[in-house]
Amino acid sequence: MSETITKSIVIEVMRYRPEQESEPVWERFTVPYTDDMSVLQGLQAIKDDQDGSLSFRWSCRMAICGSCGMMINGKPMLSCQTFLRDFAPGPIRVEALAHLPIERDLVVSVEPFVKKLESVKPYIIPKEPRALAQGEYLQTPEELERIEQYSSCINCMLCYAACPQFGIDPEFTGPGVLALLHRYNADSRDGGQAERMEVLNAQDGVWSCTAVGYCSEVCPKGVDPARAVNQNKMNSATDYFKRFLLPGSKRGGKP
Amino acid sequence: MNVKRHPPYRRPMTGWWKRDPFFMRYMLRETTAFAVAAYAIVLCVGVVRLAQGEAAWNGWLQALRSPLSLLLHLVLLIAFVIHAYSWFQIMPKTLPMIKMGGEQVSAGAIQRTGWSAAAIATVLVLALAAWWQS
Repeated sequence: MSETITKSIVIEVMRYRPEQESEPVWERFTVPYTDDMSVLQGLQAIKDDQDGSLSFRWSCRMAICGSCGMMINGKPMLSCQTFLRDFAPGPIRVEALAHLPIERDLVVSVEPFVKKLESVKPYIIPKEPRALAQGEYLQTPEELERIEQYSSCINCMLCYAACPQFGIDPEFTGPGVLALLHRYNADSRDGGQAERMEVLNAQDGVWSCTAVGYCSEVCPKGVDPARAVNQNKMNSATDYFKRFLLPGSKRGGKP
Repeated sequence: MNVKRHPPYRRPMTGWWKRDPFFMRYMLRETTAFAVAAYAIVLCVGVVRLAQGEAAWNGWLQALRSPLSLLLHLVLLIAFVIHAYSWFQIMPKTLPMIKMGGEQVSAGAIQRTGWSAAAIATVLVLALAAWWQS
Protein backbone atom coordinates (compact mmCIF):
# COMPACT_ATOMS: atom_id res chain seq x y z
CA MET A 1 0.00 0.00 0.00
CA SER A 2 1.42 3.37 -0.89
CA GLU A 3 2.21 5.90 1.83
CA THR A 4 -0.09 8.94 2.11
CA ILE A 5 1.73 12.14 1.22
CA THR A 6 1.44 14.58 4.08
CA LYS A 7 4.80 16.33 3.97
CA SER A 8 6.32 18.76 1.54
CA ILE A 9 9.80 20.16 0.99
CA VAL A 10 11.06 23.21 -0.86
CA ILE A 11 13.47 22.37 -3.68
CA GLU A 12 15.45 25.28 -5.10
CA VAL A 13 16.56 24.36 -8.58
CA MET A 14 19.17 26.16 -10.62
CA ARG A 15 17.57 27.03 -13.94
CA TYR A 16 19.43 27.93 -17.09
CA ARG A 17 17.39 28.33 -20.25
CA PRO A 18 19.82 29.89 -22.71
CA GLU A 19 17.05 31.38 -24.85
CA GLN A 20 15.73 33.42 -21.91
CA GLU A 21 18.61 33.73 -19.38
CA SER A 22 22.18 34.86 -19.88
CA GLU A 23 23.21 33.19 -16.63
CA PRO A 24 21.63 30.65 -14.25
CA VAL A 25 18.88 31.70 -11.82
CA TRP A 26 17.25 29.92 -8.84
CA GLU A 27 13.64 28.79 -8.86
CA ARG A 28 11.71 27.45 -5.86
CA PHE A 29 9.28 24.56 -6.00
CA THR A 30 7.31 23.08 -3.11
CA VAL A 31 7.16 19.33 -3.57
CA PRO A 32 5.01 16.82 -1.63
CA TYR A 33 7.20 13.88 -0.65
CA THR A 34 7.30 10.54 1.12
CA ASP A 35 10.25 9.12 3.03
CA ASP A 36 11.19 6.76 0.21
CA MET A 37 11.51 9.52 -2.41
CA SER A 38 14.89 10.38 -3.87
CA VAL A 39 15.94 13.85 -5.00
CA LEU A 40 15.57 12.57 -8.56
CA GLN A 41 11.96 11.61 -7.83
CA GLY A 42 11.45 15.09 -6.39
CA LEU A 43 12.65 16.58 -9.68
CA GLN A 44 10.43 14.19 -11.62
CA ALA A 45 7.47 15.33 -9.49
CA ILE A 46 8.28 18.95 -10.43
CA LYS A 47 8.51 18.00 -14.11
CA ASP A 48 5.24 16.04 -13.98
CA ASP A 49 3.11 18.46 -11.98
CA GLN A 50 4.63 21.93 -11.97
CA ASP A 51 7.02 22.72 -14.82
CA GLY A 52 7.46 20.30 -17.69
CA SER A 53 10.32 22.36 -19.09
CA LEU A 54 12.72 21.42 -16.26
CA SER A 55 15.61 19.53 -17.86
CA PHE A 56 17.79 16.90 -16.20
CA ARG A 57 19.30 13.53 -17.05
CA TRP A 58 18.59 10.14 -15.52
CA SER A 59 18.39 6.57 -16.65
CA CYS A 60 18.69 3.57 -14.34
CA ARG A 61 17.56 5.12 -11.00
CA MET A 62 19.75 2.60 -9.16
CA ALA A 63 23.20 4.28 -9.00
CA ILE A 64 24.64 2.28 -11.88
CA CYS A 65 24.34 4.42 -15.02
CA GLY A 66 25.92 7.60 -13.59
CA SER A 67 23.53 9.91 -15.48
CA CYS A 68 21.85 11.78 -12.63
CA GLY A 69 24.86 13.42 -10.94
CA MET A 70 24.04 16.88 -9.54
CA MET A 71 25.17 19.30 -6.88
CA ILE A 72 22.85 18.76 -3.93
CA ASN A 73 23.33 21.40 -1.25
CA GLY A 74 26.72 22.11 -2.79
CA LYS A 75 27.99 18.50 -2.85
CA PRO A 76 28.30 16.33 -5.95
CA MET A 77 25.90 13.39 -5.55
CA LEU A 78 23.84 10.93 -7.55
CA SER A 79 20.31 12.28 -7.20
CA CYS A 80 18.81 8.78 -7.44
CA GLN A 81 20.57 7.59 -4.29
CA THR A 82 20.09 10.78 -2.29
CA PHE A 83 16.87 11.00 -0.33
CA LEU A 84 14.68 14.04 0.25
CA ARG A 85 14.03 12.94 3.86
CA ASP A 86 17.70 13.56 4.70
CA PHE A 87 17.28 17.25 3.86
CA ALA A 88 13.97 17.84 5.63
CA PRO A 89 12.67 20.38 6.45
CA GLY A 90 14.69 21.90 3.59
CA PRO A 91 15.00 23.92 1.51
CA ILE A 92 17.25 21.76 -0.61
CA ARG A 93 19.40 23.31 -3.35
CA VAL A 94 19.91 21.38 -6.57
CA GLU A 95 22.20 22.60 -9.32
CA ALA A 96 24.11 21.28 -12.30
CA LEU A 97 27.42 19.52 -11.62
CA ALA A 98 30.06 22.12 -10.76
CA HIS A 99 32.92 22.89 -13.17
CA LEU A 100 31.11 21.39 -16.15
CA PRO A 101 29.62 23.57 -18.88
CA ILE A 102 25.81 23.77 -18.61
CA GLU A 103 23.68 23.02 -21.65
CA ARG A 104 20.34 23.61 -19.95
CA ASP A 105 19.08 23.57 -16.33
CA LEU A 106 20.76 20.52 -14.75
CA VAL A 107 22.10 19.10 -18.00
CA VAL A 108 25.86 19.50 -18.46
CA SER A 109 27.93 18.98 -21.56
CA VAL A 110 29.62 15.56 -21.52
CA GLU A 111 31.37 15.93 -24.86
CA PRO A 112 34.81 17.01 -23.56
CA PHE A 113 34.69 14.19 -20.98
CA VAL A 114 33.91 11.55 -23.60
CA LYS A 115 36.74 12.83 -25.82
CA LYS A 116 39.18 12.50 -22.91
CA LEU A 117 37.82 9.05 -22.14
CA GLU A 118 38.46 7.95 -25.73
CA SER A 119 42.00 9.35 -25.60
CA VAL A 120 43.12 6.85 -22.94
CA LYS A 121 41.90 3.80 -24.87
CA PRO A 122 39.75 2.44 -22.04
CA TYR A 123 39.86 -1.18 -23.14
CA ILE A 124 42.32 -4.03 -22.91
CA ILE A 125 44.98 -3.95 -25.61
CA PRO A 126 46.30 -7.53 -25.67
CA LYS A 127 50.06 -8.02 -25.27
CA GLU A 128 50.17 -10.33 -28.24
CA PRO A 129 47.58 -11.69 -30.68
CA ARG A 130 45.94 -14.75 -29.23
CA ALA A 131 44.02 -17.46 -31.04
CA LEU A 132 40.67 -18.64 -29.73
CA ALA A 133 42.11 -22.11 -29.29
CA GLN A 134 44.56 -20.75 -26.71
CA GLY A 135 41.64 -20.14 -24.37
CA GLU A 136 40.81 -17.22 -22.14
CA TYR A 137 43.20 -14.82 -20.43
CA LEU A 138 43.71 -15.99 -16.88
CA GLN A 139 44.20 -13.69 -13.94
CA THR A 140 45.12 -14.47 -10.34
CA PRO A 141 43.00 -13.06 -7.49
CA GLU A 142 45.91 -10.72 -6.64
CA GLU A 143 46.04 -9.41 -10.21
CA LEU A 144 42.30 -8.82 -10.14
CA GLU A 145 42.55 -7.05 -6.78
CA ARG A 146 45.01 -4.53 -8.27
CA ILE A 147 42.39 -3.28 -10.75
CA GLU A 148 39.03 -4.21 -9.26
CA GLN A 149 38.46 -0.99 -7.32
CA TYR A 150 39.36 1.19 -10.31
CA SER A 151 37.12 -0.80 -12.64
CA SER A 152 34.04 0.25 -10.65
CA CYS A 153 33.90 3.70 -12.28
CA ILE A 154 30.44 4.52 -13.72
CA ASN A 155 31.55 7.74 -15.50
CA CYS A 156 29.19 9.85 -13.40
CA MET A 157 31.65 12.78 -13.38
CA LEU A 158 31.01 13.59 -9.70
CA CYS A 159 34.80 13.57 -9.27
CA TYR A 160 35.09 16.31 -11.92
CA ALA A 161 32.57 18.42 -10.02
CA ALA A 162 34.73 17.88 -6.91
CA CYS A 163 38.01 18.83 -8.60
CA PRO A 164 38.80 22.57 -8.46
CA GLN A 165 41.86 21.97 -10.62
CA PHE A 166 39.56 20.79 -13.42
CA GLY A 167 37.34 23.84 -12.82
CA ILE A 168 40.30 26.17 -13.23
CA ASP A 169 41.81 24.25 -16.16
CA PRO A 170 39.16 22.36 -18.18
CA GLU A 171 41.95 20.83 -20.29
CA PHE A 172 43.09 18.75 -17.28
CA THR A 173 42.41 15.10 -18.14
CA GLY A 174 40.81 14.80 -14.71
CA PRO A 175 40.34 12.19 -11.99
CA GLY A 176 37.79 9.83 -13.58
CA VAL A 177 39.58 9.37 -16.89
CA LEU A 178 43.01 9.07 -15.24
CA ALA A 179 41.61 6.44 -12.85
CA LEU A 180 40.35 4.46 -15.85
CA LEU A 181 43.71 4.89 -17.55
CA HIS A 182 45.30 3.35 -14.46
CA ARG A 183 42.69 0.59 -14.38
CA TYR A 184 43.83 -0.63 -17.84
CA ASN A 185 47.55 0.05 -17.36
CA ALA A 186 47.52 -1.96 -14.14
CA ASP A 187 45.70 -4.91 -15.75
CA SER A 188 47.92 -7.97 -16.08
CA ARG A 189 46.29 -8.84 -19.42
CA ASP A 190 46.97 -5.43 -20.96
CA GLY A 191 49.92 -4.41 -23.10
CA GLY A 192 48.81 -0.89 -24.02
CA GLN A 193 50.66 1.11 -21.36
CA ALA A 194 53.09 2.64 -23.88
CA GLU A 195 50.15 3.97 -25.91
CA ARG A 196 48.60 5.62 -22.84
CA MET A 197 51.81 7.11 -21.42
CA GLU A 198 51.57 10.22 -23.59
CA VAL A 199 48.26 11.21 -21.95
CA LEU A 200 49.54 10.33 -18.48
CA ASN A 201 52.87 12.21 -18.84
CA ALA A 202 51.39 15.34 -20.42
CA GLN A 203 51.08 18.68 -18.65
CA ASP A 204 47.31 18.10 -18.52
CA GLY A 205 47.81 14.52 -17.33
CA VAL A 206 48.72 13.43 -13.80
CA TRP A 207 51.01 16.43 -13.24
CA SER A 208 48.08 18.85 -13.28
CA CYS A 209 46.64 17.13 -10.20
CA THR A 210 47.31 19.16 -7.06
CA ALA A 211 46.17 16.37 -4.70
CA VAL A 212 43.08 18.07 -3.30
CA GLY A 213 41.61 14.58 -2.81
CA TYR A 214 37.93 15.56 -2.79
CA CYS A 215 37.33 13.42 -5.91
CA SER A 216 37.75 10.27 -3.80
CA GLU A 217 35.46 11.62 -1.07
CA VAL A 218 32.50 12.10 -3.42
CA CYS A 219 32.93 8.97 -5.58
CA PRO A 220 29.73 6.91 -5.14
CA LYS A 221 31.56 3.69 -6.03
CA GLY A 222 34.69 3.99 -3.87
CA VAL A 223 37.00 4.11 -6.88
CA ASP A 224 39.49 6.43 -5.12
CA PRO A 225 40.58 8.33 -8.25
CA ALA A 226 42.99 10.48 -6.21
CA ARG A 227 44.99 7.37 -5.41
CA ALA A 228 45.01 6.21 -9.04
CA VAL A 229 46.21 9.62 -10.21
CA ASN A 230 48.81 10.23 -7.54
CA GLN A 231 50.49 6.84 -7.67
CA ASN A 232 50.87 7.42 -11.41
CA LYS A 233 53.02 10.49 -10.76
CA MET A 234 55.66 7.97 -9.66
CA ASN A 235 55.04 5.85 -12.79
CA SER A 236 55.37 8.95 -14.98
CA ALA A 237 58.60 10.04 -13.27
CA THR A 238 60.05 6.51 -13.57
CA ASP A 239 59.11 6.46 -17.25
CA TYR A 240 60.82 9.83 -17.80
CA PHE A 241 64.06 8.84 -16.09
CA LYS A 242 64.16 5.49 -17.88
CA ARG A 243 63.97 7.27 -21.23
CA PHE A 244 66.40 9.96 -20.04
CA LEU A 245 69.01 7.49 -18.80
CA LEU A 246 68.44 4.84 -21.45
CA PRO A 247 67.72 6.73 -24.68
CA GLY A 248 65.90 4.51 -27.14
CA SER A 249 64.25 2.47 -24.39
CA LYS A 250 60.58 1.73 -24.92
CA ARG A 251 58.12 4.17 -23.37
CA GLY A 252 55.89 2.84 -20.64
CA GLY A 253 57.25 -0.63 -19.94
CA LYS A 254 55.38 -2.59 -17.28
CA PRO A 255 57.10 -2.24 -13.89
CA MET B 1 14.04 22.51 -38.54
CA ASN B 2 16.97 24.77 -37.82
CA VAL B 3 17.53 25.20 -34.08
CA LYS B 4 20.17 27.64 -32.87
CA ARG B 5 22.44 25.89 -30.36
CA HIS B 6 23.69 28.14 -27.58
CA PRO B 7 27.22 27.60 -26.33
CA PRO B 8 27.20 25.89 -22.90
CA TYR B 9 27.41 28.22 -19.89
CA ARG B 10 30.62 28.11 -17.85
CA ARG B 11 30.33 29.18 -14.24
CA PRO B 12 33.07 31.42 -12.82
CA MET B 13 35.55 29.93 -10.33
CA THR B 14 35.79 33.08 -8.18
CA GLY B 15 36.11 32.20 -4.49
CA TRP B 16 35.98 28.46 -5.22
CA TRP B 17 37.96 27.54 -2.11
CA LYS B 18 35.29 29.07 0.16
CA ARG B 19 32.53 26.85 -1.26
CA ASP B 20 33.32 23.73 0.76
CA PRO B 21 35.12 23.10 4.10
CA PHE B 22 37.14 20.40 2.30
CA PHE B 23 38.61 23.05 -0.03
CA MET B 24 39.34 25.32 2.93
CA ARG B 25 41.34 22.51 4.59
CA TYR B 26 43.18 21.96 1.31
CA MET B 27 44.06 25.66 1.12
CA LEU B 28 45.25 25.52 4.73
CA ARG B 29 47.59 22.66 3.76
CA GLU B 30 48.92 24.66 0.80
CA THR B 31 49.25 27.88 2.82
CA THR B 32 51.17 26.24 5.66
CA ALA B 33 53.79 25.27 3.05
CA PHE B 34 54.89 28.93 3.31
CA ALA B 35 55.74 28.29 6.98
CA VAL B 36 58.00 25.44 5.88
CA ALA B 37 59.69 27.79 3.39
CA ALA B 38 59.96 30.53 6.05
CA TYR B 39 61.71 28.18 8.48
CA ALA B 40 64.05 27.01 5.73
CA ILE B 41 65.01 30.69 5.24
CA VAL B 42 65.61 31.09 9.01
CA LEU B 43 67.96 28.08 8.91
CA CYS B 44 69.72 29.33 5.74
CA VAL B 45 70.35 32.68 7.44
CA GLY B 46 71.97 30.69 10.28
CA VAL B 47 74.31 28.96 7.84
CA VAL B 48 75.28 32.31 6.26
CA ARG B 49 75.89 33.83 9.72
CA LEU B 50 78.00 30.82 10.69
CA ALA B 51 80.19 31.38 7.61
CA GLN B 52 80.63 35.02 8.64
CA GLY B 53 82.34 34.11 11.91
CA GLU B 54 81.72 33.56 15.62
CA ALA B 55 80.31 37.01 16.39
CA ALA B 56 77.78 36.82 13.58
CA TRP B 57 76.78 33.28 14.64
CA ASN B 58 76.31 34.34 18.27
CA GLY B 59 74.26 37.34 17.08
CA TRP B 60 71.98 34.97 15.16
CA LEU B 61 71.61 32.73 18.21
CA GLN B 62 70.77 35.80 20.29
CA ALA B 63 68.16 36.92 17.76
CA LEU B 64 66.52 33.48 17.97
CA ARG B 65 65.99 34.01 21.70
CA SER B 66 64.10 37.30 21.29
CA PRO B 67 60.36 37.29 22.22
CA LEU B 68 59.44 38.06 18.58
CA SER B 69 61.48 35.09 17.37
CA LEU B 70 59.94 32.80 19.99
CA LEU B 71 56.47 33.90 18.89
CA LEU B 72 57.40 33.32 15.26
CA HIS B 73 58.68 29.83 16.14
CA LEU B 74 55.45 29.03 17.97
CA VAL B 75 53.39 30.08 14.93
CA LEU B 76 55.70 28.11 12.62
CA LEU B 77 55.45 25.03 14.86
CA ILE B 78 51.63 25.13 14.74
CA ALA B 79 51.76 25.58 10.95
CA PHE B 80 54.21 22.65 10.68
CA VAL B 81 51.91 20.36 12.69
CA ILE B 82 48.91 21.31 10.49
CA HIS B 83 51.03 20.77 7.37
CA ALA B 84 52.28 17.39 8.56
CA TYR B 85 48.76 16.31 9.59
CA SER B 86 47.27 17.24 6.22
CA TRP B 87 50.07 15.48 4.33
CA PHE B 88 49.72 12.31 6.37
CA GLN B 89 45.98 12.49 5.58
CA ILE B 90 46.67 12.46 1.83
CA MET B 91 49.68 10.08 2.02
CA PRO B 92 47.69 6.83 1.50
CA LYS B 93 46.49 8.28 -1.82
CA THR B 94 50.04 8.64 -3.10
CA LEU B 95 51.08 5.03 -2.55
CA PRO B 96 50.38 1.89 -4.55
CA MET B 97 48.59 -1.01 -2.88
CA ILE B 98 50.80 -2.34 -0.09
CA LYS B 99 50.21 -5.87 1.22
CA MET B 100 51.43 -7.32 4.49
CA GLY B 101 50.66 -10.89 5.50
CA GLY B 102 48.23 -11.20 2.59
CA GLU B 103 46.18 -8.21 3.78
CA GLN B 104 46.07 -4.77 2.22
CA VAL B 105 47.61 -2.15 4.51
CA SER B 106 44.86 0.31 5.52
CA ALA B 107 44.97 4.08 5.06
CA GLY B 108 44.93 4.45 8.86
CA ALA B 109 48.01 2.22 9.24
CA ILE B 110 49.89 4.27 6.61
CA GLN B 111 48.98 7.50 8.42
CA ARG B 112 50.06 6.05 11.79
CA THR B 113 53.38 5.00 10.24
CA GLY B 114 53.87 8.56 8.99
CA TRP B 115 53.18 10.01 12.44
CA SER B 116 55.48 7.45 14.08
CA ALA B 117 58.32 8.31 11.68
CA ALA B 118 57.80 12.04 12.39
CA ALA B 119 57.76 11.40 16.17
CA ILE B 120 60.94 9.28 16.03
CA ALA B 121 62.72 11.92 13.91
CA THR B 122 61.67 14.67 16.35
CA VAL B 123 62.90 12.72 19.39
CA LEU B 124 66.20 11.94 17.63
CA VAL B 125 66.78 15.61 16.72
CA LEU B 126 65.93 16.77 20.26
CA ALA B 127 68.20 14.08 21.77
CA LEU B 128 71.01 15.10 19.41
CA ALA B 129 70.55 18.77 20.36
CA ALA B 130 70.55 17.92 24.10
CA TRP B 131 73.68 15.79 23.71
CA TRP B 132 75.43 18.57 21.76
CA GLN B 133 74.49 21.17 24.40
CA SER B 134 75.88 19.09 27.27
